[in-house]
Amino acid sequence: METMIALTIDGHFLQVPKGTTILEAAKSIGIAIPTLCHYKLEGQGIENKPGSCRVCVVEVEGSKNLVPSCYTECKEGMVIHTHTLRVIMARRTVVDLLLSDHPSDCLVCPQAGKCELQKLALDLGLREITYSGSKSVYKKDISAAIIRDMNKCIMCRRCETVCNQMQTVGALSAINRGFEAVVGTAFEQKLEDSTCVMCGQCVQACPVGALSEVDNTRDVMKALNNPKKTVIVQTAPAVRVALGEEFGMEPGSRVTGKMVTALRQLGFNYVFDTDFAADLTIMEEGTEMLDRIARYQAGDKSVRLPIMTSCCPGWVNFFETYYPEMLDVPSTAKSPMMMFGAIAKNYWAEKLGISREDLVVVAIMPCVAKKYECKRDEFQVNGNPDVDISLTTRELADMIRYLGIKFDQLPNGEFDRPLGESTGAAAIFGATGGVIEAATRTAYELYTKKALGKVDFQQLRGLTGVREATVDFDGTPIRIGIAHGLGNARKLLDKVRKGEEFFHAIEIMACPGGCVGGAGQPYHHGDFSKVEKRLNAIYEEDSSMPIRKSHENPYIKQLYKEYLGEPCGEKAHHLLHTHYFDKSKKNYGL
Amino acid sequence: MCKFELNDTNKQIIIDVCKANGNSAGNVIHVLHGVQGKLGYLPAEVQEFIAKQLNIPVSKVYGIVSFYSFFTMTPKGKYPIDVCLGTACHVRGSDKLLEEFRRQLGIGEGQTTEDGLFSLSTLRCVGACSLAPVAMIGEKVYGRLTPNQVAGIIAEYRDK
Repeated sequence: METMIALTIDGHFLQVPKGTTILEAAKSIGIAIPTLCHYKLEGQGIENKPGSCRVCVVEVEGSKNLVPSCYTECKEGMVIHTHTLRVIMARRTVVDLLLSDHPSDCLVCPQAGKCELQKLALDLGLREITYSGSKSVYKKDISAAIIRDMNKCIMCRRCETVCNQMQTVGALSAINRGFEAVVGTAFEQKLEDSTCVMCGQCVQACPVGALSEVDNTRDVMKALNNPKKTVIVQTAPAVRVALGEEFGMEPGSRVTGKMVTALRQLGFNYVFDTDFAADLTIMEEGTEMLDRIARYQAGDKSVRLPIMTSCCPGWVNFFETYYPEMLDVPSTAKSPMMMFGAIAKNYWAEKLGISREDLVVVAIMPCVAKKYECKRDEFQVNGNPDVDISLTTRELADMIRYLGIKFDQLPNGEFDRPLGESTGAAAIFGATGGVIEAATRTAYELYTKKALGKVDFQQLRGLTGVREATVDFDGTPIRIGIAHGLGNARKLLDKVRKGEEFFHAIEIMACPGGCVGGAGQPYHHGDFSKVEKRLNAIYEEDSSMPIRKSHENPYIKQLYKEYLGEPCGEKAHHLLHTHYFDKSKKNYGL
Repeated sequence: MCKFELNDTNKQIIIDVCKANGNSAGNVIHVLHGVQGKLGYLPAEVQEFIAKQLNIPVSKVYGIVSFYSFFTMTPKGKYPIDVCLGTACHVRGSDKLLEEFRRQLGIGEGQTTEDGLFSLSTLRCVGACSLAPVAMIGEKVYGRLTPNQVAGIIAEYRDK
C-alpha cells in the first residue's frame, strides 16, 4: 500500500502519495503554479528540477522561508498557499532579476510570443525592470541547424538535462562560474565542432530564445518569388498532426487537407508528400531487411544483424559519432526526405523537362536535424542539393502567418500526383515504432507470400522507451527492437554490442515519441500529453487510409516499373541508398 | 615555450592518476587535481583524454575546469608569481604592486611570459599580513614590497 500524505493547498484538503512534490499535488487539483527551470517529460523518466529559478516558490505555514514547489515533497499536515502577496512579490523579484541580465529585444526574438520568460513577466504584471547592471555578452554560434544566442540564456539548464540525461550526447554542460556561468560546449567550441548530433531537443526544451533553429523561411519566400524556379514541397507525416496547435487547435488535430491548401496558397507549384517517399523507403529498406535475414538464415557469416532504420538524421549523426564500428549495420536506405529529393530532382524533373537547378525542393519537417541532413556533401550533385531547404513545422506556421491565412478556416485540399500518393504505412513513420511496423507489413507479405489478415501490430506500438517484440512470420519468429530518445537507443545498442540480445531489426528515433515529439514541432513546453495526442492522431490517419501497405501504393509500383526497376536494384541503389562516415574523432568522452 | 604533447609518457601519467581514483566519474575533481599536479596544467587534449578514461562527456570535464579557479589551461611559468590581494595587502597598496608586475612582464593575470619563465596570478592572503603587501615567487615570500623593487626582483630570477 502506498503511504498517503494529507495536506491543504489554498484551502483545499487533499491526499497524495508519499514522494509527491507540492507542484504535482497542486496540479492534481487544478492549481497552476508557474515554473521556469522545471521541465518534465511525463512517462519518459526525464526531469530537470534544479530548483534554481525560484519562480515556483510557495508559502508553507510554519516555514520561515518560501520553498520551491517543484522540488519540495509534501509532508503530513502541510498548509500551503500558492498565490499570497508575499509569494507573488517574490516571483516578481525573481523574474525582475532574470530580466536585468536579459536582452530586451523581445519584439524581434525568434521566441517572441512563445517565450516562457515573457509569459511570466506578463502574468506577473512586470512593468519595468528595476535592476540595472552588467549584461552577459557572448558570440552567437550558428551551425547548420541550431543557433545559440547565449545572451538570452537564463541558466535553467533544461537543455543540459535533455542533452545529457535524455540523449546521452553530452555536448552541453554548465561552464565557467558566477556571472560568467553559462551552458556551453567543451572549450567553448562551436556546436558544429562538438559532439552535438543536431537532434535539436535542446531547442525544444529552451524556454527562451537562447536556442533556436536556423530560420530558412526567407530562403523559401525568395524561391517562391523567383519566376524562373519551379518550387515544390514535401511534408513529413508528423507535421499534419501537430501544425494545428500553432493556430490554437487541439493537440492531435489532423489538418492534412488544410495544410495542403495553405501550401498552395503560399505559392508552391506542386504540393507533394514525404509519405510517398516513406512508402518508397519501405520498399528499399524492407527488401534489404529480407535479403539480410535470408542470407543470415542461409548461414552467410558476413551478414550483420540487426538491420537498423536510417530515416532519422539525429540518429544517423549519433551512430556515426558513438558507434563507428557499427557503420555497416544500419540500412543504407536514405531517409524519406532525401529519397523524395532524389526522385524529384531526377525522375520527376526529367519527366517535366526541368533542369535540377531550376527545381527547388522544400521539405516541411518536424525536425531540426533535417536542416543539417540536406546539407550533407553526399546529397549534392555538382553542388546542387537533392533537397534545397528544410523547414520545421514551426517555420511553416510562421510562413502561413506571414500571409495572413486563416488556417483553421481553410478548406481541405489534396496532394498532387504522382509524388503525393501514399499509404497508411507511410503515415505511421511519424510515430515511434511506426517505421518498423510499416516495414513489417511489407516484409511479412513478401517473405511469407501470404496476405496479412490484420495490418495493426499493437506489440510494436506505445511510448515505452525501449521495446522488444517478436513477430511471427508464418513460423519464423522475427525479433524486433525499438527505441526512441538517444539515451534509450544507447541502452538498446549496448545490449546488442555485448551480445546480450539478438534482434533481426531495430528502429531508432532520436526524439521522444518519434517524429511527433520532434524538435521542429510546435513547442510543447514539457507537456508530453500533447506528443501522445499527436501519436494517437498518426494511427487514426493510418486507419483512415484506403491502402495501408507500402508495396500496394500504385504510384510506387509505377515508379519501379517505369524508372527504377527492382527494389535495391542498380538504379535504386544509386539514387536511394547512401553510406555513413566515422565521426568518432569528435567523441572524446563517451 | 614548447607546445604540449600528449605523448605516451603523459598518457600513462593520466591513466595512473585515473586508476588511483578508481576510474570513477565521481572522482573527476581528484583526477584533475592529480593530473594538474603532475603536468602543471590541463590543456584541451588532456581533458579529452581524462574524459575518455572516466567515460564522461568532455563538456563536463571542461565545465569543472572552467568553474574552479585552481585549475588552469595555460602552463605556469618556471617562476610562478602570486600577488596577494587579501585585505591587509590591499590596504597597503597591493594593486599598485600587481600593476607593476603586469607592466614589467607584459602579461596579465593568468598569463605566462613567452619565454615560459614567469606566470602571474593573484591570491587571497598567505598568512603573512604583518609583512603586507606580499608576493610569492614559487615558494619564496617577499614582504613589504614596493613597486620600485619589482624590476630588480624579476631581473634576479631572469639571470638565474
